[in-house]
Amino acid sequence: MTNLVEISNVHFQRNGRAIFDGVDIVIPAGKVTAIMGPSGTGKTTLLRLIGGQLRPDQGKITVSGQNVHTLSRKLLFKLRKKMGMLFQSGGLFTHLNVFENIAFPLREHTKLSDDMIRSLVLIKLEMVGLRGARDLMPSELSGGMSRRVALARAIALDPQLIMYDEPLSGQDPISMGVLVKLIRTLNDALGLTSVIVSHDVTETLSIADYVYVIANGKVIGHGTPDAIDQNKAAQLRQFLDGLPDGPVPFHYPAKAFNQDLLEGIVT
Amino acid sequence: MMTHITALGRWGIDTLEQLGKAGLLLFRVIFRVPNVKKGLPLTLQQVYAEGVLSLLIIVVSGLFIGMVVALQGYHTLAKFGAAQQLGPLVALSVTRELGPVVTALLFAGRAGSAVTAEIGLMKATEQLSSMEMMAVDPLQRVISPRLWGGFFSMPLLTMIFNTVAIYGAYLVGVKWLGLDAGAFWSNMQTSVDFHADVINGILKSIVFGLVVIWIAVFQGYEATPTSAGIAGATTRSVVYSSLAILGLDFVLTAMMIGGW
Repeated sequence: MTNLVEISNVHFQRNGRAIFDGVDIVIPAGKVTAIMGPSGTGKTTLLRLIGGQLRPDQGKITVSGQNVHTLSRKLLFKLRKKMGMLFQSGGLFTHLNVFENIAFPLREHTKLSDDMIRSLVLIKLEMVGLRGARDLMPSELSGGMSRRVALARAIALDPQLIMYDEPLSGQDPISMGVLVKLIRTLNDALGLTSVIVSHDVTETLSIADYVYVIANGKVIGHGTPDAIDQNKAAQLRQFLDGLPDGPVPFHYPAKAFNQDLLEGIVT
Repeated sequence: MMTHITALGRWGIDTLEQLGKAGLLLFRVIFRVPNVKKGLPLTLQQVYAEGVLSLLIIVVSGLFIGMVVALQGYHTLAKFGAAQQLGPLVALSVTRELGPVVTALLFAGRAGSAVTAEIGLMKATEQLSSMEMMAVDPLQRVISPRLWGGFFSMPLLTMIFNTVAIYGAYLVGVKWLGLDAGAFWSNMQTSVDFHADVINGILKSIVFGLVVIWIAVFQGYEATPTSAGIAGATTRSVVYSSLAILGLDFVLTAMMIGGW
């Protein structure tokens, strides 16, 4: 099995804070790989590093064997045509309706006729179950519908790799179920390679083939969903079981409570 | 003391960094191979959004400013028995100064702020990021058409402002206060030099237009992607543009009076 994405010893800092401190991740082709971890651990940053929107301080990221961060702008854009990304907010263009949003990458990168573009857009919309919503504006869509439209747009150019940034957060159970089914179905039907960044444990483990859990800038566990579920490491258990206190403390670092209170008393 | 010096140093470095980024953005927009087939329709859309939609405020402001200048000018000139010089007074004031400056200030408030807010919101809602990930350059697709749209709109708006302002002065001076129409127009024609007054005014408007729209797109592109960040960027866009217009007006006027 070949790896579509390889992340080797990546270090990345932002505002003096280490987000990644030597992270190694491989994304096998044709599989759904989940990257999980608590909020603020840099999961979205990792997707932006893979997409070449951010540059690591150290380490290497390859997609299809190409080092993303040594490519020229032209070659990077060419590589991005093979990637799709579903942003947390959807990232739909608010001045275009659903149909035009999905047609956008086709119009930008192909010379297809309007009839052909219409057919392709309708096929993508049918896949996500929103063919009837083609004339709606993004402001008229629910959160779940927006993500499905964004998903249809992300697969418009038939990419090899699709990256989902928190696709399930803030969704009602029905929308979540629809998105979980779509991610798995599209991956298998279109032969995609999927990367899901999420902290929705149950739903993500149900569709992933392989899972990485990151915290404090490092990979704290990886394996198949079953293996992850059986892992007894304290930090991993705290995240998977949703425990309020543990290796990740409940309290944000601060001086002693007594001392803090006494300092406020005027003598 | 050291804290103040450190703060001043940090402010200086931040300001220079921002200027550098703004310069790079302008450079990357201007010195890129234009895609006429895709870029022209987008630029025309922006000429509509920034220019045509600003017409109402420009026309109404132009009319009232022309009328007020005529009213004030008439009463002052009449004291010296020179009321017949109202046409030249209005035309020179409008074509040299009021037209380019007021149009640019209105343009910064109406179109510049809208451009900043729109780009800032596109950034906050990840539209620019998603465009980048679709291998579409936001500089080419979003920034460039807005910059060129503003660049082409400003001189056109200034010409319209000038025309309407002079017509407003005609309404007050001739139709209301009873000046002779022939004297009004012929004195104006004699006194106004096409190159020194009209063309120089238009040149000013081209410079103001570029600066205003440059500030607007840069502030939007660099806005912090939060509601407070976009509000701050929009405010800065209008304030910086207004100050730049007034400062540049002095510099350009000095250059033009000095014969360049």
